[in-house]
Amino acid sequence: MNWVVENLELIGSLTIEHIRLSVTPIVLGLVVAVPLGWLAHRYRLTRGVVLTAVGLLYTIPSLALFVVLPPLLGIGFLSELNVTIALTVYAVAIMARSVSDALGSVDDPVRQSATAIGYSPWRRFWAVELPLAGPVILAGLRVTAVSTVSLVTVGILIGVQSLGYLFTNGFQRRIPEEIAAGVVMTVIVALLFDALLVVLGRILMPWARSLSISSAGARTSQAGI
Amino acid sequence: MNLFAEALAWLFSADRLEGSGAITVRIVEHLYFTGTSVLVAALIAIPAGYLIGHTGKGREIAVAVSGAARALPSFGLILLLVLLIGVLRVELAAVVSFVLLAIPSILAGAYSGIQAIDRATIDAARAIGMTEWQILWKVEIPLGLPLLLGGLRSGALQVVATVTLAAYVGLGGLGYDIIQGLSLRNYDQMLGSAIVIVALAILIDAAFGLLEHLAVPRGVAVGQRTELRSPSSRRRAVVGISTEPERG
Repeated sequence: MNWVVENLELIGSLTIEHIRLSVTPIVLGLVVAVPLGWLAHRYRLTRGVVLTAVGLLYTIPSLALFVVLPPLLGIGFLSELNVTIALTVYAVAIMARSVSDALGSVDDPVRQSATAIGYSPWRRFWAVELPLAGPVILAGLRVTAVSTVSLVTVGILIGVQSLGYLFTNGFQRRIPEEIAAGVVMTVIVALLFDALLVVLGRILMPWARSLSISSAGARTSQAGI
Repeated sequence: MNLFAEALAWLFSADRLEGSGAITVRIVEHLYFTGTSVLVAALIAIPAGYLIGHTGKGREIAVAVSGAARALPSFGLILLLVLLIGVLRVELAAVVSFVLLAIPSILAGAYSGIQAIDRATIDAARAIGMTEWQILWKVEIPLGLPLLLGGLRSGALQVVATVTLAAYVGLGGLGYDIIQGLSLRNYDQMLGSAIVIVALAILIDAAFGLLEHLAVPRGVAVGQRTELRSPSSRRRAVVGISTEPERG
């Protein structure tokens, strides 16, 4: 524990850096996934294309993706942008499927009723389908947030500072406490994001309070297997 | 695109085709660690998952384990275990961490495979006089096989990704050339091995996909094709369990 007490400042600043690096991919993942998920939900042809593509992307190991992306996109290898884009790719891969399943979970009679009382497809999507799909999307977003926070640590291998610094530094200096501190803090940050999303969900979707979010999450990730 | 040409040139250079630095040696190492770890994890997680799925007891444990595991950074776990178990026993430490990382997905697959079966089907099996063992072997295991394979698929992909990271502690495998390329600033070496890693992961994913497809019992497959329900009602939710692979 000595190491932790002596290095609280370092742990604190790395934690903040870690949180900063995690936010962009999570937010971008959701934003990009809404139209993609809609495409996957709406048409049979695009469903196959989108779901296969995100499935393949999600298969790629993170370190390999960090190496393959820069020459494809013409960005710097040892850069924060590289990590942000790679993690956004994973976030989109989880969320596109999640949004598609969420839209599929909206009952057809509800959709038809909205059309019957005069909603245009555009307004129906934003005012009826998306809010009703919210709880399932939120469940997917929680999975995305936790896995993004955990993945940020790998960025240290290409020189992007996060709590992952405690892993490599602790390993080189042979201080298990340092690595353990990094692992524990990463888990705490992940749980923090998770709790924050739950609270946000309660505020934005008060009607979903009775619905178990974990069961909705299972729906999302089980689908298509 | 020039970089990709250089990477391919590296990949097909004489040193990569034979000798101790050959890419096939790295692939075999990578597959060896992945296979061993998934096998050990399966031997632990499948019986445990079946026990939970069949008895319905300990469900909360399965849910908690698979949820908590997602938050655990795999890179940190390997480095920590290598320091704790011993720098001289890197292989053991690495395999222990791979097994730990693969267990949650496989447990979730085994458990949810049984959990997702229509209760009426199992009640019917009991009603016609099957023993608990017969129910498990003849009803629950065959019907749960696709989801179990899904869990194994996630676990295997998670381990493939994590073996890559374990090259940092000197384990070998395909990550070796990425880590070495990083310190030597050899981009062709890194990109060449990254391409092989991507191909390997996609092949493993596809192989499991095929197995999952084949594992659907014939009677069930016929039923699916003529199913008239809407797509949204066809998918069954399994409470709180996820077999979505983690990344390493």
